[in-house]
Amino acid sequence: MSEDHTYQPSNAFTRWLDERLPIMGIVDHMMGYPTPKNINYWWTFGGILSFCLVAQIVTGVILAMHYTPHVSMAFNSIEHIMRDVNYGHLLRYAHANGASMFFIAVYIHMFRGLYYGSYKAPREVLWILGVVIFLLMMAAGFMGYVLPWGQMSFWGATVITNLFSAIPYVGEAIRELLWGGFSVDNPTLNRFFSLHYLIPFIIAGVVILHIWALHVPGNNNPLGINVKDKQDTVPFHPYMTAKDGFALVLFLILFSYFVFFNPNAMGHPDNYIEANPLVTPAHIVPEWYYLPFYAILRAVPDKLGGVVAMFGAIAVLFVLPWLDTSKVRSARFRPMYRQFFFIFVACCMGLGYLGAMPAEGIYVIASRILTVYYFAHFLIILPVLGMVEKPKPLPESISKAVLDAHGGSASANTAAAPEKR
Amino acid sequence: MAVTDTDEPTRRDFLYIATGSFTAIGGAFLVWPLIDQMNPDASALALASIEVDLSSIEVGQSMTVKWRGKPVFIRRRSAEEIEAARAVPLSDLIDPEARNDNLPEGSPANDQNRAPAGKEEWLIMVGICTHLGCVPKGQGMSDKKGDFGGWFCPCHGSHYDTAGRIRKGPAPQNLEVPVLTFLSDTKIKIG
Ligand code: HEM
Ligand code: FES
Repeated sequence: MSEDHTYQPSNAFTRWLDERLPIMGIVDHMMGYPTPKNINYWWTFGGILSFCLVAQIVTGVILAMHYTPHVSMAFNSIEHIMRDVNYGHLLRYAHANGASMFFIAVYIHMFRGLYYGSYKAPREVLWILGVVIFLLMMAAGFMGYVLPWGQMSFWGATVITNLFSAIPYVGEAIRELLWGGFSVDNPTLNRFFSLHYLIPFIIAGVVILHIWALHVPGNNNPLGINVKDKQDTVPFHPYMTAKDGFALVLFLILFSYFVFFNPNAMGHPDNYIEANPLVTPAHIVPEWYYLPFYAILRAVPDKLGGVVAMFGAIAVLFVLPWLDTSKVRSARFRPMYRQFFFIFVACCMGLGYLGAMPAEGIYVIASRILTVYYFAHFLIILPVLGMVEKPKPLPESISKAVLDAHGGSASANTAAAPEKR
Repeated sequence: MAVTDTDEPTRRDFLYIATGSFTAIGGAFLVWPLIDQMNPDASALALASIEVDLSSIEVGQSMTVKWRGKPVFIRRRSAEEIEAARAVPLSDLIDPEARNDNLPEGSPANDQNRAPAGKEEWLIMVGICTHLGCVPKGQGMSDKKGDFGGWFCPCHGSHYDTAGRIRKGPAPQNLEVPVLTFLSDTKIKIG
């Protein structure tokens, strides 16, 4: 697809530049990049995620100008940002809520991929890079949450770093290496700050690979069938830039609601108490976006087993392209998969709810059931479905499906036709 | 690899492999300082021991002190607590090892091996849950003490008995007994 475009420098300067650094060609490729003309609003979250990453980097770099990574000053420097620094409270709330918005977007983006089968050939590498980004986001979010050095920061860091001590033989050594001491303390805070600053730039690098891997096979689409010819696509600019832009505005309205009217809704009040290594809060919970994985951790009544299950819940995503045996991508044509998809979404939400509840009685039993279902979805249901399910007939082409649905006549002049949804 | 028709390794093959190995070993030497700097530094290793005065603790009371950035639980146990701990058969324990740094590794986790010899009234342990490192409840008079009357970790529900041994829940080990010496009847040194 990328071969469709050959960039012709239009003036003397761009010709001069192109011979030395062919960067304008990349810009040109991005603008003209052919996108399937039937992609819907679930496809706008890639652009929204790119925005989130930039927003986190900008607000984060500014916060770092006023923050002090030392156990005796970190908590107070956050209060200093909130009270003294001009617009400090706004920047901090934008960064904290920005993390939550980032995760809302990435979860939608990932469920989109699950629903429309975007992880299947030829997009396996694209999907795997996405899971790598997701893991890096979790690491960045975790370390960032430690920086304000509140009670939740401290005890969250303690519990998560202790996960590594479950690894046989080398676990304790790894934990000491992470702590730089014998408990979570100043060396830990210092290195977490350093890494929290670094990881978003690594994410930015992987996003470039992710988009590169996207531009080789091109976008998937709601029908899950391959693009056949030019009629099936529209150029990225202005079609997708406008659509992504509109979706971004809607997303920003929600973002602004949290930042301006309810900035602590997704946080935890205990994190406004300074860290105290001698007292664990009665009920420690991680940030909402880790809750499903936390529920899986607690569902297993064994230390190593819990840790293996938790990491396994993410690891299974890496091999998903090979677990799903169905050749049909989109759930639109997979009646059984479609139902299991929605059950799976409900299962993840249920795990999220249970992760926030105390680890007692009925909650533990429910977490166990849902944990088993979570893994069964990937390891049993998906491989079996591909063999037993009878998919609905696939449309001949994207163009034909679009025109049939809207009763229009075949027109080669897609650019002049108003976009229909 | 060098393109040759002979099966014999050539001089060039040798040089090629030798150079590669040399670079790999050199690289490993170079990486080590970059990793080892993360390990506990000299100031963290030089943590002193602490001395604690026990005279103010009545039977049935507890005290928490800070040692190496961690809480240490000191409890003056009642006769019933000691008895309850002694009545437990070793086969009921999740972790059969004493986890007492004053004893050889692998000593059985009977009550005598958990409390200091001849001072079984005193139970002194690092107050860190061996699951994922929370501080269990049970030091305060009104705290939940769990199903076995000792300590209870609310994080993921681990129950410890009156000898600080894990009895129920996800924690794999008994609470650790640190190295300690009685300087007098009412004074101890931890570490
Ligand atoms: C910082 C995080 C991320 C950014 C900035 C990002 C960005 C993008 C962009 C711009 C696109 C193209 C537009 C679209 O199809 O939505 C895309 C596509 C895609 N992303 Fe991501 N992404 C991120 C994380 C992830 C994660 C965590 C996954 C899954 C594990 C993932 C899986 C995919 C897949 C499968 C596609 C191809 C979608 C298709 O064409 O059907 N991405 N990504
Ligand atoms: S940390 Fe105590 S039960 Fe998990």
